[in-house]
Amino acid sequence: MSSLLRVNGLTKRFEVNSPDVVCDVAFSVEPNEIFAILGPSGCGKTTTLRIMAGFEQADKGSVELRSRVIECQHFHIAPEKRGIGFVFQEYALFPHLNVEENVGFGLTGLDRKQKRERIDEMLRLTGLVEFRTRKPHELSGGQQQRVALARALAPMPDVIFLDEPFSNLDAVMRQSTRNEIRAILKKAGTSAVLVTHDQEEALSFADRIAVMNNGRIEQIGTPEEVYYSPRTEFVALFLGRTNVLRAKAHGMEALTDMGELMIDRPSKGDIKLSIRPEHLTLERVTEKNCNGLCGTILAKEFKGHDITYRIQLRNGECLVHTDNRMSFGAGDRVVVKPLEPAVVLEF
Amino acid sequence: MSVRKKRAPLYFVIPAVIIAAGVLLPLVYLVLRASEADWETSSALIFRERNLILFWNTVKLTVGVLLTTTLIAGPLAWLTVRTDAPHKKWLTLISVMPLAIPGYILAYALLGMGGINGTFYHWFGWEIPRLTGYWGSLISISLYTYPYMYLNLRSGLLGLDPAVEEAARSLGNSSARVYSRIVLPQLRPAFLAGFLIIGLYVLGDFGAVSLMRFETFSYALFLQYSASYDRIYAAWLALMLLGLTATILIVEYRLLRNMLFHRVGTGTARKIRLTRMGKLKYPAYAGLSLLITFAIIIPVATIFFWATRSATGVNWSELFSTLFMSVSASAPAAALTAMMAVPMAYISIRFPSRTSRGLERIAYFGYATPPLALALAFVFFSLNSAPWLYQTVTLLVVAYSLHFLAEAMGPVRSALYQAPPRLEEAARSLGLPPFRAFMKSTFPLLRNGIVAGASLVFLSCMKELPITILLSPIGFETLALNVWSYSNEAMFANAAPFALSILLFSSVFVGILFSREWTKS
Repeated sequence: MSSLLRVNGLTKRFEVNSPDVVCDVAFSVEPNEIFAILGPSGCGKTTTLRIMAGFEQADKGSVELRSRVIECQHFHIAPEKRGIGFVFQEYALFPHLNVEENVGFGLTGLDRKQKRERIDEMLRLTGLVEFRTRKPHELSGGQQQRVALARALAPMPDVIFLDEPFSNLDAVMRQSTRNEIRAILKKAGTSAVLVTHDQEEALSFADRIAVMNNGRIEQIGTPEEVYYSPRTEFVALFLGRTNVLRAKAHGMEALTDMGELMIDRPSKGDIKLSIRPEHLTLERVTEKNCNGLCGTILAKEFKGHDITYRIQLRNGECLVHTDNRMSFGAGDRVVVKPLEPAVVLEF
Repeated sequence: MSVRKKRAPLYFVIPAVIIAAGVLLPLVYLVLRASEADWETSSALIFRERNLILFWNTVKLTVGVLLTTTLIAGPLAWLTVRTDAPHKKWLTLISVMPLAIPGYILAYALLGMGGINGTFYHWFGWEIPRLTGYWGSLISISLYTYPYMYLNLRSGLLGLDPAVEEAARSLGNSSARVYSRIVLPQLRPAFLAGFLIIGLYVLGDFGAVSLMRFETFSYALFLQYSASYDRIYAAWLALMLLGLTATILIVEYRLLRNMLFHRVGTGTARKIRLTRMGKLKYPAYAGLSLLITFAIIIPVATIFFWATRSATGVNWSELFSTLFMSVSASAPAAALTAMMAVPMAYISIRFPSRTSRGLERIAYFGYATPPLALALAFVFFSLNSAPWLYQTVTLLVVAYSLHFLAEAMGPVRSALYQAPPRLEEAARSLGLPPFRAFMKSTFPLLRNGIVAGASLVFLSCMKELPITILLSPIGFETLALNVWSYSNEAMFANAAPFALSILLFSSVFVGILFSREWTKS
């Protein structure tokens, strides 16, 4: 295997009598890949990242970088000897140094000219050339963010770790900075591990995502895989709005409140399904399509290019996402129709 | 499963442990020295009737000073926080100014005021009696220390949540009842903090009581040490003094621990409703003026008067050589203390644990220890285990540093709180080993705190008396030492130039303290 970074059975707790913060976490990161660890706050994602960086020590498990063990139960390589870069949530720029000095901080073993060139290259890459003599407090949030990235990239680390790097930016800045940084990372050809609690950020930024809950990884996959084929109810709910339904399966179909649905893999008996609102559509009730399983529109959320309806079914509610050509009003009786097979969730 | 925890780096733990040992080890020698005598001699020394008198005098003075300072500081704090009196910032500054006149300088000024040679006779033709003994000590110490009580009450009052008082009013309490039931109980931590500082100061004070010839433990300890070769009784007196100090610390700790629930969160955006002073402000101003007249104007005028009374004029060369010696001990002590404060503050903030808290407490204990007892401990320690240190400036510098460490810790601690730990992690992720990462990322941010801490210690050392008396080498004369020895011989004119120099340095000290206090609120 030629994975760049491999994490195996990583486990960590902070006090002897408290539960594991990180429990048996395993994944690998390929060269040039942007990998995201996504989860709610307190799920252990930042601790995982800090163990990989060497700021915390693992109780069990191992971390390998380029097939070299850098962390295991009895062995700990200091962060400065790992060849990693780290971008902190609050950036941690050195307030007494200007942009240039911050970016050049980690450049050791280079002569003055090489150092200068490397700093220039980093400033060009991050678009900070004209800010080179400014102090961190004279920069905007987005600029500080880019200095932090340039500083981490300058010594050419094998992998760069980003801890909630966009959470301190406002909504407008976040979108554009995210795109810029992704482009910079791809251009520099550096692998990155990003930690975030924002599912949209993970989906749009990463090549692959690990979804983490209560110290454990629940699923790893491409953004499409984790979004369209969530393995657990937690993953389904955490990655966006979804309908979780109880159903009775028989083969490739299952009986639900909405009627018979196709499912993504053969099952039998009581199961739970997830189906995204945009994988459902609505039809006006006619005598032919009803089968006694119709619902009533409870509420309508008009969002311009599309509409979200909340439907009262016989034993519950569901959400349906339609385009704006389908216009129903509250109280209308409708039939819910699936467009895709529902996803069978693991218990 | 074993849990791997981060440990404090050894290059900070080792200095911290050495510092703590430096505070505790000499005290062990005190015990050793005291226990040299057999039990019969010892019990004769311990159960002397004289000890009871010393004990009674010490307690009487402590209680008296606490009472007086509270009576002065309470109304002042109320006036400068809770009323609409104009120019409150200036009133606050004036209220803390007496801190610039150390107790023994005030005692010297009080002594110089009375009698047939005194300033009052000269200026007004009044022969007022010379204040000495209990009342002289009480007044000189109270006028010097009340600002500590004032500062504590002031920040206590500023930290109160007005909503609580409004709630009490809405429940039908009169404004007097609100003060007794709501405000005063909430100020208890502030009172206790003030009592602690002042109580420890009174126990440790030597200059004022010795000039006033009032026998407390500290003064008796000095007399015993300097007048006779029987040092065992001196050691026992020091231990009794330490016992008294420990009692105060324990009581304070117990009381404060049960009181943490009473404290309210600060940071209320609401303004306190100020009491309208109206015509009442004239008596208030009159009271403040009277206080300042006694605490500052008369003493300073007296010192100036005596400075002009010298028959031979000011001996400038003596003044400069003394100043130089003072600086030559105080400056290294300030530098050493600042260097010691960094590892102590670092491990206590970044690696909070039982051990680091313990080490920090020991550092504070060095400050709480009555300076004469600490100095005597150092005498015994050096005579016994390091005779080459005895009677050296080095020993004096070390004793200063261990005693004043707590003063430097404050500013260094608050600077360290401003420097996020992530900075060092960032430096390490960029390839720097731990100590260099600290030096290049955190240390530059501590600079202001270190400078402030070092300045406070420097100025404290410049006016320090008891440690200097016991530990300075023969012929090594500091400003404080000269003020004391000249006024002790009633040579007030000779003492005056040195007293004025000390006033200069301690005004700077108060300036720093005040500006820090001001930025805090």
